[in-house]
Amino acid sequence: MSVAKPLPHDAARLHVTGQARYVDDIPLPANALHLAFGLSTIAYGKITHIDLSKVRAVPGVIAVLTADDFDHHVDVSPSPSPEPLLAEGTVHFVGQPIFLVVAESHLAARKAARLGQVEYEELPAILSLEDALAADSRFEDGPRVYAAGDAEAAIAGASNTLEGQIDVAGQEHFYLEGQAATALPQDDGGFIVYSSSQHPTEIQHKVAHALGLPMSDVRCEVRRMGGGFGGKESQGNHLAVACALAARLTGRACTMRYDRDDDMVVTGKRHDFQIKYRVGFADDGRISGLEFIQLCRAGWSMDLTLPVADRAMLHADNAYFLPDIRIESHRLRTNTQSNTAFRGFGGPQGMVGVERVMDHVAHELGMDPVEVRKRNFYAKVGKPPQSTPYGMPVEDFILHEMTERLEATSDYHARRAAVREWNADNRYLKKGIALTPVKFGISFTLTHLNQAGALVHVYQDGSIALNHGGTEMGQGLFQKVAQVAASRFGVDMSRVKITATDTGKVPNTSATAASSGSDLNGMAVKAACDTIRDRLASFVAERAQADPKSVVFKDGHVEVGGDRIPFDDVVTDAYMNRISLSATGFYKTPKIVWDRIKGEGRPFFYFAYGAAVTEVVIDTLTGENRILRADILHDCGASLNPAIDVGQIEGGYVQGAGWLTTEELVWDDKGRLLTHAPSTYKIPACSDRPDVFNVALWEGENSEETIYRSKAVGEPPLMLGISALMALSDAAAACGDKYPDLQSPATAEQVFNAVQRAGS
Amino acid sequence: MSSVSMTVNGKAVSSDVEGRTLLVDLLRGPLGLTGTHVGCDTSQCGACVVHVNGEAVKACTMFAVEADGAEVTTIEGMADGDDLHPIQEAFREHHGLQCGFCTPGMIMSAAALLKENPKPTEDEVRHYLEGNICRCTGYHNIVKAIMAASGQDVSAIAAE
Ligand code: FES
Ligand code: FES
Repeated sequence: MSVAKPLPHDAARLHVTGQARYVDDIPLPANALHLAFGLSTIAYGKITHIDLSKVRAVPGVIAVLTADDFDHHVDVSPSPSPEPLLAEGTVHFVGQPIFLVVAESHLAARKAARLGQVEYEELPAILSLEDALAADSRFEDGPRVYAAGDAEAAIAGASNTLEGQIDVAGQEHFYLEGQAATALPQDDGGFIVYSSSQHPTEIQHKVAHALGLPMSDVRCEVRRMGGGFGGKESQGNHLAVACALAARLTGRACTMRYDRDDDMVVTGKRHDFQIKYRVGFADDGRISGLEFIQLCRAGWSMDLTLPVADRAMLHADNAYFLPDIRIESHRLRTNTQSNTAFRGFGGPQGMVGVERVMDHVAHELGMDPVEVRKRNFYAKVGKPPQSTPYGMPVEDFILHEMTERLEATSDYHARRAAVREWNADNRYLKKGIALTPVKFGISFTLTHLNQAGALVHVYQDGSIALNHGGTEMGQGLFQKVAQVAASRFGVDMSRVKITATDTGKVPNTSATAASSGSDLNGMAVKAACDTIRDRLASFVAERAQADPKSVVFKDGHVEVGGDRIPFDDVVTDAYMNRISLSATGFYKTPKIVWDRIKGEGRPFFYFAYGAAVTEVVIDTLTGENRILRADILHDCGASLNPAIDVGQIEGGYVQGAGWLTTEELVWDDKGRLLTHAPSTYKIPACSDRPDVFNVALWEGENSEETIYRSKAVGEPPLMLGISALMALSDAAAACGDKYPDLQSPATAEQVFNAVQRAGS
Repeated sequence: MSSVSMTVNGKAVSSDVEGRTLLVDLLRGPLGLTGTHVGCDTSQCGACVVHVNGEAVKACTMFAVEADGAEVTTIEGMADGDDLHPIQEAFREHHGLQCGFCTPGMIMSAAALLKENPKPTEDEVRHYLEGNICRCTGYHNIVKAIMAASGQDVSAIAAE
């Protein structure tokens, strides 16, 4: 069977030889045109005058468009709240596209885009979360509140209480391939769009809407992305829509890729949060009541903020049973980039809040934070399940066992003692260590998105073509799903041809997001394969007068009534006998029901778990720090491909640790993003990864019926990186008696400040 | 416009370029060698690394005219027909890639490293690759692949 094998990525050979094509590598007709946006230079204001004569005068410029050139509102929003392609009279952030340049080369378009002269009547911009809250600048009427029990009474009655606050950083995706799209006009008035997008159906939908065409006239194809991480769920809409409009206007192929600095200035990022907490707890560390206030920066437009902020609330408990809790969430509107999906989709931010509470409580009680964490865990599997604050019983809680195992394999307790000793002997350098757990809910919280389709063809020579609605961004989805297909037919992987995601083949797909790619598409592909397999089984069984159920597909053969026939022969024969060898498959996730207004139900099909131990060292004089060692135990259920899953875990941890340590986004007081290139925005480099990095998979299966009992793996490992932040807090705490109150991202400055606070 | 001639992956090529045309734009455009990627446009990510006269160079940082007369090798020139270069094979085998966008530049940097230092330590690999960003893998398997390509035992490099 092909599943469960550590096979290399399907396109590995193409990647290592430079043959793998991304959008910007697709050969274009010789007369293709290139696009660039002219961007707003102020954070908020009315446009009073636009002079584009200098833009038009640049040699090679074919057309320059503003919102006034369209006879309707051209929308690029992924939410019901409108978001114009080009500013309609008012600009809302520095970097908002105002005009579109269509030129004969990428360089000409970009040069010309800098020459627009736009005059504004500036308005007072709202840049900080505090200002937005004070001005009541928000989406939705007021804060959303999810609550269980009576937090206030529980805190009032507790023997200890604490309050505090943590800044939870935003994060730039920095997918290595920037946003890109190409549109090709067709002879029948339709369009083909190539887009670096996690959501081809939305590209199709937005393009069709902008052109006033039915969706059937637009076909979007996505073979691969050079990374997505959520940043290509909605942020590619602008480019695709711009290309399609320009292609219609000129009748020529149009292509657009953001220069990296533009990409960072224009597109949304991970939502930064400020989380305030008030907690009541017993002397043994058991939390009795907890209140969170989450301030979430939406940026200027709604984009995906509501479900992101919901998910932050849904992960405010992380792994802990908190019967008396109140979570208040403010979705604040500011004059900054419109924040968007990013691996974890709000879950990581919510989780940082409660992990910070655990750390703070442990410090107050002088306990090992791991003991406080374990004391508050949900009940073990086998005990009566306890419910999350939103009323979903946690039936598969394996973190007791996982934590115990990780404590042993990472030698946590001995190392913690060694760190204490080392710190006593070292005046300027201090070490810290922390173990944090992850419980992450799997499914889209918008229930209707939990569906997927697939299309499978078996050709008369026995080769198989596979298509489904998921997109490949490096996570190995295509490989995993192809392994499923090969396993269903009992054939070798080489027989399965993976084809580009294409809205013309599988329609109405959901974004490849919420870690759900293999869960949904694997099941849809299985359904399609099984339809064909059942037809083949009935066909051979009838001839052999056997029971179709007894037919076995294995090792490239079909076994029936004692015979073993090569798969190819069966297929050829079936074709000659007019058996259909093509099928669609469909899947919808069972069991989920969710009322997002009340905050009640079962939003998730299941949970994925993990735990990490990180050890760090800090220089107390400068705040400089590094990760010395990371040990991870992660739950992928019965892994479909252990090599791919381990890769997701390693990459997720490093990205999560980067988020909370070095990756700092800085805006000036005019709302200009100062960190708009990797020169100023510090992404983990090869030398930043932990010196010792041990990753193990938890052996177990998903207790729910997922594809081969596997679990989703895209997002959950990112949150293992929280252990790095907590380890830094532990190191800073070694510098004095006070709680260091470490903020994120824990840059050298923040670590330095925390050291000062601890010793003050 | 000026005319430049160079050897790219063993083939003599010439092209008319502007003075400001970057080597990467010549490779990706007129020469159609799109395996050399542009990740940052500003010589920081390493996705565009190629070899010019045997040395690793960020092709977004060099003008095409500066490469006049040079021997240029890109990722497309690394394999010998169907036989992958040992570094390519190691990246494939040891899962040194996810989205693959950084991969060509990583392989070209790794090749330059191994030429200079055929048996590097893990630490040397990590420091040599500081100019190549990968956003997906967390680097673990990249380091492992390069160690394996240098003929060293990687069974002790944990994970997986
Ligand atoms: S594109 Fe050349 S270094 Fe990034
Ligand atoms: S594999 Fe995606 S950037 Fe390295």
